[in-house]
Amino acid sequence: MISLNVNGKNYKVDVPDDATLLWVLRDHLRMTGTKYSCGIGECGACTVHINGKAERSCVIPVSQVKGKKITTIEGLSENHPVKKAWIKEQVPQCGFCQPGVMMQVAALMSQKPALNADQIISKMDDVICRCGTYLRIKKGIKTAVQMARKEAKK
Amino acid sequence: MNPTISRRSFLKATGLTLAVSITPMGYSILNAAEKKDLKPFNPNAWLQITSDNKVTISIGNSEMGQGVLTSQSMILADELEADWKQVRIRQGGAKPEYKNPILPGQITVGSASIRGFYEPLRKAGAAGRAMLVKAAAETWNVPESECIAVLGTVKHEKSKRSLTYGQLCEKAAKLEVPKDPPLKKEEEFRYMGKSMPRVDVPEKVKGKAVYGLDVNEVNFKDLKDMHYAVIARPPAYGAKPISFDQKAAEQVKGVVKVIQIPQGIAVCATSTEAALKGKEALKVQWDKGTHPDMDNAFIEKLMLSDLDKPGGKVHEAGDVRKALAEASKKVEATYYIPAVAHATMEPMNTTAYVREDRCDIWSPTQNQSGCVGAAAGITKLPPEKIHVHTTYLGCGLGRRAFGDFVGEAVSLSKNLGKPVKVLWTREDDIKYDRFRAPMTHRIQAALDTQGQLVGWSHKTAAISILRPVNPAAVKDGTDDYCLWGLWDRNPFTWNAKIQYEIPNLYIEFAMTDLPIPCWPWRAVQNGPNAFAIECFMDELAHAAGKDPLEFRLQNLKNNKRASRVLQTVAEKAGWGKPIPKGQGRGIAQAATFGTWTAQVAELSVDKNTGRIEVHRVVVAVDCGPVINPGPLVEQLEGGIILALSTALKEEVKFDKGGVASSNFGDYPILRMSEVPEIEVHIVKSTDRIGGIGELGIPALAPAVANAFFNATGVRIRRIPLTPKVVMDALKKT
Repeated sequence: MISLNVNGKNYKVDVPDDATLLWVLRDHLRMTGTKYSCGIGECGACTVHINGKAERSCVIPVSQVKGKKITTIEGLSENHPVKKAWIKEQVPQCGFCQPGVMMQVAALMSQKPALNADQIISKMDDVICRCGTYLRIKKGIKTAVQMARKEAKK
Repeated sequence: MNPTISRRSFLKATGLTLAVSITPMGYSILNAAEKKDLKPFNPNAWLQITSDNKVTISIGNSEMGQGVLTSQSMILADELEADWKQVRIRQGGAKPEYKNPILPGQITVGSASIRGFYEPLRKAGAAGRAMLVKAAAETWNVPESECIAVLGTVKHEKSKRSLTYGQLCEKAAKLEVPKDPPLKKEEEFRYMGKSMPRVDVPEKVKGKAVYGLDVNEVNFKDLKDMHYAVIARPPAYGAKPISFDQKAAEQVKGVVKVIQIPQGIAVCATSTEAALKGKEALKVQWDKGTHPDMDNAFIEKLMLSDLDKPGGKVHEAGDVRKALAEASKKVEATYYIPAVAHATMEPMNTTAYVREDRCDIWSPTQNQSGCVGAAAGITKLPPEKIHVHTTYLGCGLGRRAFGDFVGEAVSLSKNLGKPVKVLWTREDDIKYDRFRAPMTHRIQAALDTQGQLVGWSHKTAAISILRPVNPAAVKDGTDDYCLWGLWDRNPFTWNAKIQYEIPNLYIEFAMTDLPIPCWPWRAVQNGPNAFAIECFMDELAHAAGKDPLEFRLQNLKNNKRASRVLQTVAEKAGWGKPIPKGQGRGIAQAATFGTWTAQVAELSVDKNTGRIEVHRVVVAVDCGPVINPGPLVEQLEGGIILALSTALKEEVKFDKGGVASSNFGDYPILRMSEVPEIEVHIVKSTDRIGGIGELGIPALAPAVANAFFNATGVRIRRIPLTPKVVMDALKKT
């Protein structure tokens, strides 16, 4: 039995230590917002937050994340500027890569000192979108950063 | 969104239910209340209005990000004069009745979802509106002409009375369906032509959209006790297993059964990871397969030599031999376009549950008709007992119109007696892809003393797309699917051929005999064919001493739509204006699926590294009427980015008779920093509505290659233009 803290809740799962976080989330906890695409950490579709940092869940054994805070797309607030910006800018096409992309952007947005939109964009070359929404992702990042700034001022 | 809607829920519902019935003679709009048994209707698109004042629209096409759920619903809701707020949109199941009127089945391909359904959906909406108006007029005992429909309500201005569609639906359901309901005029459109947010976006952003890979018992309660399967597949084409350790696999915790099937050795387990571990434990030994010497060099050499072998005649007009013999100038060039992979972000997968009296399939499929056919063949159940639940598709690109991954799930579920989800790993997805067919082209052309194009002889070789799946469709050794963009003999492709006016034209096709499976890849062979044609047009313009734009226009004198997109793109891109030193600008045009496009690319070349940076791409498009402009722009942007990925980076590697490429590490795909600015210009047009989904592809690669020539003075007659290919070409000159 391994204890995991996902989206603020504790779960106990009966999996071996070397089980991959991605498949534990998907097959055992039934959180399917985190996607499998490459399985080798190349594309970013499986990105989740571990203690607030963007990580590739497809290459992380669960034994490494015991006691750590895991956040998936389902746990990212509905009011998060990334989610709002992604809808406003109509970023997704097929949408399969987008949970991972959004999680990576959200993690970069929470860095201190704060990164500007261009700095975030420059750190997005390790995600792949086959529909070719890259220009929309850039737009989404710019809008999300603006939204976050406005919220911070309030 | 509930991805399926059952027939029963329609039967149970009261109110007005209209169906579109596709027949060999066309289509007609039917009223479900006219007959109690819905079966004879064979409806393909449903409009249902219920007394709760909801309008439910059921769509048979697959949603893969192109926005079909939204755009088709906009057409129907607009003509119905429904309030968008009262509209609910559902993914329909698989029924022969959902057949696209211009395609052979219920299949989302060929940029055909709008061009096929535009007219029937408009008529279905308009018929509903006319019936609701009539029901109101009868209720109030006033002339129909005094009643108008406005946003889900019928109004009688004189008496200031109004009734909602919900209040009118039961009465309307008793009326006869008008045969030729009046359609709206363009200025009356409420939704069509205006950007509407896509209905699939919010749940995709929330992470709640259900793709094929996400199917489980939480989403579909039938799937309790679902098993997971992965398949050990041969490393080379035609390779057979010599040995494998079944016991070792079965000893892995969670592994339930090892099943040998024609595709390989399947491991079924209670979790994905157990199945993957079981597959490793199999340690399969394979023989060498049928083509142990095949690698990329072998393929390219063979395909170039195929240009010298006799092929099948595709088209002949005038006397091209005479034109070439009498030419003032003769130009010849040979092109090679290698295989590329679909590599959709969601790898292939399907879940199936075969029971005695029914078979359920949950699949990210583009081809519901194909799912039914495949499952009926395996289970021997009649087609009406095969239930297809189409999930969201994690990109399609044509790959999901092939049913291999569906058949595997059905046969494994049948064997195991449990619901089974078959997962293709990324490595499976790339290695067992059916690729965009590699092609070689040799073109010879004749110019007269004025530099006018008078003759064009075109020989192309490709691996056949059709032969493995429909050998009867191969006529005289020629494959129509490989020819689109060059020549078009199909009724549903709407002008997928060379646009130039050439008095003496000869086209020949040679089939390459290799075991590499090929299949439509976004725009099918329009991409490779446009690359050869448009790069060659650039060479001809150069040989004729003319500007590439002028030379094209000069040979499109009677082709208004092609000329107009070229002129538009040239104007918007600043064609002819000076460009910074070291940069190049290239132009290309292509038409297919009833739409005309032209693109201009601007780039610079690093002569020390061979790296190409594309700065800007401008595209002009004429697709006739526009339904949803926002997603239209998205489709062109996405198509251009995908095509740029193939122009600069993608080439499937083959070795030892199999596929050596395996994952995104060794099959590179364009990344965010490599994406240019893209400008989309829609040419306003009232011509017949054309397709959009695939139209960003064809003109991009030749525009880039022509821009490369403009920047360097060097021709590269192949893609991808990788740094190595560029450096080799620059060193040669």
